[in-house]
Amino acid sequence: MSSSSSSDDELGGARIPIGQRPEWSDVRPVPQDEGPRPVVAIAYSGEFRETMDYFRAVYLAGERSPRALDLTGEAIEMNPGNYTIWHFRRLVLEALNVDLLKEREFVDHTASHNSKNYQIWHHRRWLAEKLGPEAANREHEFTRSVLALDAKNYHAWSHRQWVLQALGGWENELDYCHQLLEDDIFNNSAWNQRYFVITKSPLLGGLQAMRDSEVDYTIEAILANPQNESPWRYLRGLYKGETNLLLNDNRLTDLCLKVLKTDCSRVLALSLLLDLLCNGLQPSEELKEVVESMRHDRSEPSNANLAAVICSILEAMDPMRLNYWAWRRSNLPSEIC
Amino acid sequence: MDSSPSPSPSSPSLSSAAAAAHRRSEIRLTVTQLEQRKVEEKVAEIYRVLHGVAPHTQSLMLELWRDKHVEYLSRGLRLLGPSFHVLDANRPWLCYWILHSLTLLGERLDPEFESAVVDFLSRCQDNDGGYGGGPGQMPHLATTYAAVNALVTLGSETALSSINRDSLYKFLLRMKDSSGAFRMHNAGEIDVRACYTAISVASLLNILDNELVKDLGTYIMRCQTYEGGIAGEPYSEAHGGYTFCGLATMILINEADRLDLPNLINWVAFRQGVECGFQGRTNKLVDGCYSFWQGGVLALIQKLSSIVDEQLESSFGNNGRSPAKSACESASSDLVGERPHIGNFLDIGFEFSHRDNEIGPLFHTIGLQHYILLCSQVLEGGFKDKPGKSRDFYHSCYCLSGLSLSQYSCTSDSDSLPPPEDVLGPYSNLLKPTHPLYNVVLDQYYKAREYFHSA
Repeated sequence: MSSSSSSDDELGGARIPIGQRPEWSDVRPVPQDEGPRPVVAIAYSGEFRETMDYFRAVYLAGERSPRALDLTGEAIEMNPGNYTIWHFRRLVLEALNVDLLKEREFVDHTASHNSKNYQIWHHRRWLAEKLGPEAANREHEFTRSVLALDAKNYHAWSHRQWVLQALGGWENELDYCHQLLEDDIFNNSAWNQRYFVITKSPLLGGLQAMRDSEVDYTIEAILANPQNESPWRYLRGLYKGETNLLLNDNRLTDLCLKVLKTDCSRVLALSLLLDLLCNGLQPSEELKEVVESMRHDRSEPSNANLAAVICSILEAMDPMRLNYWAWRRSNLPSEIC
Repeated sequence: MDSSPSPSPSSPSLSSAAAAAHRRSEIRLTVTQLEQRKVEEKVAEIYRVLHGVAPHTQSLMLELWRDKHVEYLSRGLRLLGPSFHVLDANRPWLCYWILHSLTLLGERLDPEFESAVVDFLSRCQDNDGGYGGGPGQMPHLATTYAAVNALVTLGSETALSSINRDSLYKFLLRMKDSSGAFRMHNAGEIDVRACYTAISVASLLNILDNELVKDLGTYIMRCQTYEGGIAGEPYSEAHGGYTFCGLATMILINEADRLDLPNLINWVAFRQGVECGFQGRTNKLVDGCYSFWQGGVLALIQKLSSIVDEQLESSFGNNGRSPAKSACESASSDLVGERPHIGNFLDIGFEFSHRDNEIGPLFHTIGLQHYILLCSQVLEGGFKDKPGKSRDFYHSCYCLSGLSLSQYSCTSDSDSLPPPEDVLGPYSNLLKPTHPLYNVVLDQYYKAREYFHSA
């Protein structure tokens, strides 16, 4: 990105100290004012110290110039977490009316080895906002490339959601979620994105229109991996605020029954069943029998309500959450079966 | 409820998970499963060693290496190597992580050094209010939170009086966005972290008012996801750090009843995994720092029984009402319905610290202590994310904070010391209690509260 004499390793030459560059000869570096007894004192390398001293000089002088822009680039390269430098860089970019596509290249480069840094992503959002809807596809490609390396990168997902809402590009988003879930059905970030798409995409008609097919999709995912918590939470999310629909959809109780009859992890099925019962589900005889057969301690009176029995089973089956299930047991609504 | 969880981490479930994984071995494992399995194997090995050795060796393994930690932390407070330049915009954080860790361990700084810290942080304080990441840097909400918490942790008159509250209040107002949320810095990003750091600082310094609070609760509510946890921004994924920040903010502005707490509790309870530590998000790897972020959420919840009870009652509709509970229900709804008057936010943090843990612990407190002491503790001093990673001050701070919380979570009375059975390892492992809303040691909080109450 640099047009100055600041050569870097890519060019094979040694970096010329800023103090030896002719274009900086008029600037007096400003050392950091740490006081006589600095604490958490960092033993800065000479290069870092010098770069920051010059940065302080242009920052304090408010210099909006091409060399100031180049300097921020060098300083950011050394410490991309310094938000003051990023902020100043934006002021310079605005003042100089720089080609923002070139700035995007700079961010691409910096982000490629610092993909978990708040400042880069904030800068990227600022940039995309300036570039407008035309930038949407390019931004989606960019987050796609970051997510290809780490499919759960929190910043990348936030950026992607912001771009969708602010600049658009929803057309292939559900397919993209599906593709990521095909790769890794345990990727909770992809499930979260799927929820965002089915509730917020202007093209799909919202949760109400999507619920039915999503329930089928999710149940299929659960049956393939009943120990995968993500789709269980997603399933509950599909009925957020819709208790009646939740209780009247037989697919859910059928799902619980199916999973309970297998020998795989049954904690999540019992947990959903407990929620259904707490919301007023009237359990079938079959459901009661399956749950009863799972009781470890048959000496307990069998007239205990089914929700309490489930809590007891979970206390034994899921010892990490013993305290939680015991608390649930002591807080069951009084009039449930 | 039963407040004494089984003392051993559930190694049976570790081995049964491994067996189940073995049965699936013909099936292609996903990235999540492979990564998870690697961590489970490392952790299981550590617990296997623990269970295989003599009781005396066990108690040695479970010891908190206080001297080593103090040495590591004290050294960092003075001088850090060149590789720390990446934290050059986080120096108040380094002060806070280290000072808070030392104070949890019961260490006091000598007055000479204390004044050096105050002097340094004053150089990070901006003339127009707030603290930057180092001398001369722009003020930033996160480093303002870190600086204020560090100064409260020091606790001396010099430390507390060095904070310019008038200009800090103006800085907070400048960071307030029209949505009700806060920006991290001038033209910076908006998220739940910014909201928490702003409100925590304002509450500690007794400058919280309606103008800062306006519409904030609505923003945080929008960040609670379908999973139950809270995200950094609306529609993002539920995350431990943001869930702590969001819930603590809502308590500090007296609007915790606007969150779906039963769902939130369920999500956090499920974040404690077979490794006995917490993960930050569903299907992510365990990390020692979530001992505080997730454990802290459940520590906060323990003191919210009136709101939680009310929500449990009302969520089950009319058919689930218990006549026996109606008396306390109406009492608690009076409490919940009462919105604070202008300038009435001050004593929320104070009153909260005196509340008993009316709800028993909601996670496996002994299990978590196992993870922190055996999997995060570094014998040369400091703490790390997980086996295979290296120590740092951030993880040292939040592992120790989480350790403190898990030692005190079973004690219902907020003023008494926990019995030996609640503290894993020798009783000398017991740390100072921390205020779960601000994460400063309780004694230091009381000093600061008195100072800013009279100032």
